[in-house]
Amino acid sequence: MTTDILVLGGGIAGIQSSLDLAEMGFKVHLVESLPSIGGKMAQLDKTFPTNDCAI
Amino acid sequence: MSDTLDKNKLKTKGSCMAEEPRIGVFVCDCGSNIAGHLDCPDVAEFVKSLPHVVYSKENLYTCSEAGIVEIKKAIIEQKLNRVVVASCSPRTHHPLFASSCAEAGLNPYLFEMVNIRDQCSWVHMGNREKATQKAKNLIRMGVAKAAGLEPQKEIESSLIRKILVIGGGIAGLSAAQALADMDLEIILAEKQSQLGGLLTKVHALETGGTAQARLDKIITDVNLRPNVTCYTQSVLKETSGYIGNFEVTLQTPDGLVTEKVGAIVVATGAVPFIPEGLFGYGNPGASSVITLMELEQKFKQGVLDTPDFNPKRVVFIQCVGARNKTREYCSRICCMIAVKNAMLVKEKFPLADVRVLYRDMQMYGAQKEQMLWDARGKGVRFDVYDPETPPKVTDGQIEFFQTVTGKTLSLDTDLIVLSTPLIPGSSAGQLANLLRVPTDQNGFFLEAHAKLRPLDFAADGIFVAGSGRYPATATESRTQGIGVASRVAAILFKEKLIKSAIVAKINPDSCVGCMACLSMCPYGAIAYNRALRVCEINEILCKGCGNCAATCPSHSALLAGYKPGQLLAQIGAA
Repeated sequence: MTTDILVLGGGIAGIQSSLDLAEMGFKVHLVESLPSIGGKMAQLDKTFPTNDCAI
Repeated sequence: MSDTLDKNKLKTKGSCMAEEPRIGVFVCDCGSNIAGHLDCPDVAEFVKSLPHVVYSKENLYTCSEAGIVEIKKAIIEQKLNRVVVASCSPRTHHPLFASSCAEAGLNPYLFEMVNIRDQCSWVHMGNREKATQKAKNLIRMGVAKAAGLEPQKEIESSLIRKILVIGGGIAGLSAAQALADMDLEIILAEKQSQLGGLLTKVHALETGGTAQARLDKIITDVNLRPNVTCYTQSVLKETSGYIGNFEVTLQTPDGLVTEKVGAIVVATGAVPFIPEGLFGYGNPGASSVITLMELEQKFKQGVLDTPDFNPKRVVFIQCVGARNKTREYCSRICCMIAVKNAMLVKEKFPLADVRVLYRDMQMYGAQKEQMLWDARGKGVRFDVYDPETPPKVTDGQIEFFQTVTGKTLSLDTDLIVLSTPLIPGSSAGQLANLLRVPTDQNGFFLEAHAKLRPLDFAADGIFVAGSGRYPATATESRTQGIGVASRVAAILFKEKLIKSAIVAKINPDSCVGCMACLSMCPYGAIAYNRALRVCEINEILCKGCGNCAATCPSHSALLAGYKPGQLLAQIGAA
């Protein structure tokens, strides 16, 4: 069985899935249609309620 | 796995204490974030004059692939034994640069970062000359500290591939199922005599089918798993240890059971608020006023099909005991539950007047908005009320101001259903103290980060899922339960635990055992050794905050990478 994993979409959901899977020791291929990953969250400035910089 | 091992070998290499420091400094433009407000080429040129600096380079983006390659190349070609990057915040980029150094064979603890963006260019926009001077000062300080850095060895510890799940509701059951699928061992502790949690009291699911049928399927599956051990009527009594190596003691009907586990999942759920004294609830003779959860139980017992139950008017009142000064939050799932049950009543008794008195309707999630329109289509009436002038309930009657008509209506009712919020269970606070995890102002468990770490506690190796965090639907609780399994697996699937070497140590020769550090440690990492009369630090629990080092009157507590000599060198260069 091939254990590599394909994650489609590089927004916060796709990135977190990829990170967790990578932590578990799997090889992950993260595919994003836009030139950079980050999705909607990358377009935010500060996020509620922590006021963290979204990027 | 072999990649990681090779990297670790490299990380422990490079003892360069005896060598003369050879420092490489990388000055980042951060596009125009830094270069737009200060003179980066001038800064990079200035850096060359600093002691021990043998190489300096300005990059457009040091964190880009090209920038990283340049760092690695310089480490090898220039025989650098210290690296300083002057760029953005170490909070976001320290790990990247440190691991890049490690990949080039340099001990990652010989890397130092200087923040000339957040602490310089961004706060001194329009003052180019002074910003440039400040950047130089900051880098001079960083270089002085870097010269005194020592290589460190990362701390390794073993992992126990067993998990304690506290709470056998839908969240805990789902976590246990998902973890069992991964061949991990699970201890499931449930306070009640049966598994299922709050869902055992629920009649129908808004997604179709009965809650009991759905639960039975999951409980049967969990019971069949050889790698899940269930303890009912059991609670956590004691806990010690740390991520990967917890020791937990459960109080079970058969006595105390002690287990060693690598991670703990808190899925203790919540309980419905009992609205004693509100809208006549609990008053003698007001048996027609019940809570939404009591209605669920009645329906589950089959009341809908008994001839005695033939209501002409049923009124649901939303936000009872919620969104007020005592409980500011919205329990958010009660609207959907009320609408679901209003529809059930209306379907069964099409001629009955079924009303929902609400403040705002919270119908979130796939198809829930449609559910609201379906309810309206079926003839359920919705009337908004103002919290300043709430409906008045007297025996068998309800009086409320109808906003759309501007009239006060007084209606006879057979049944008044109060939608009350879910509140933390009575023992949630106790469990929080036991596990040393925080709760919010309402007593719900508080996760590490509202957006980025919704299932983790700040304490390593402890996780949260389900309504114990915030009122959640069955679907959400299940999602969180399955999600938490992935967070746990990301730790327990590793061969061993590797953590940062930036921890404090106490010199037993000079420690006088005054225990001043003990109360300063927010992580409970320090213990007093009675035999030796000294304080000792558990390096796995230590997060390297430095509180103990700052407190210790005899300077016996030292934080790796932030020793007095290193910090004084940095201050001296200011």
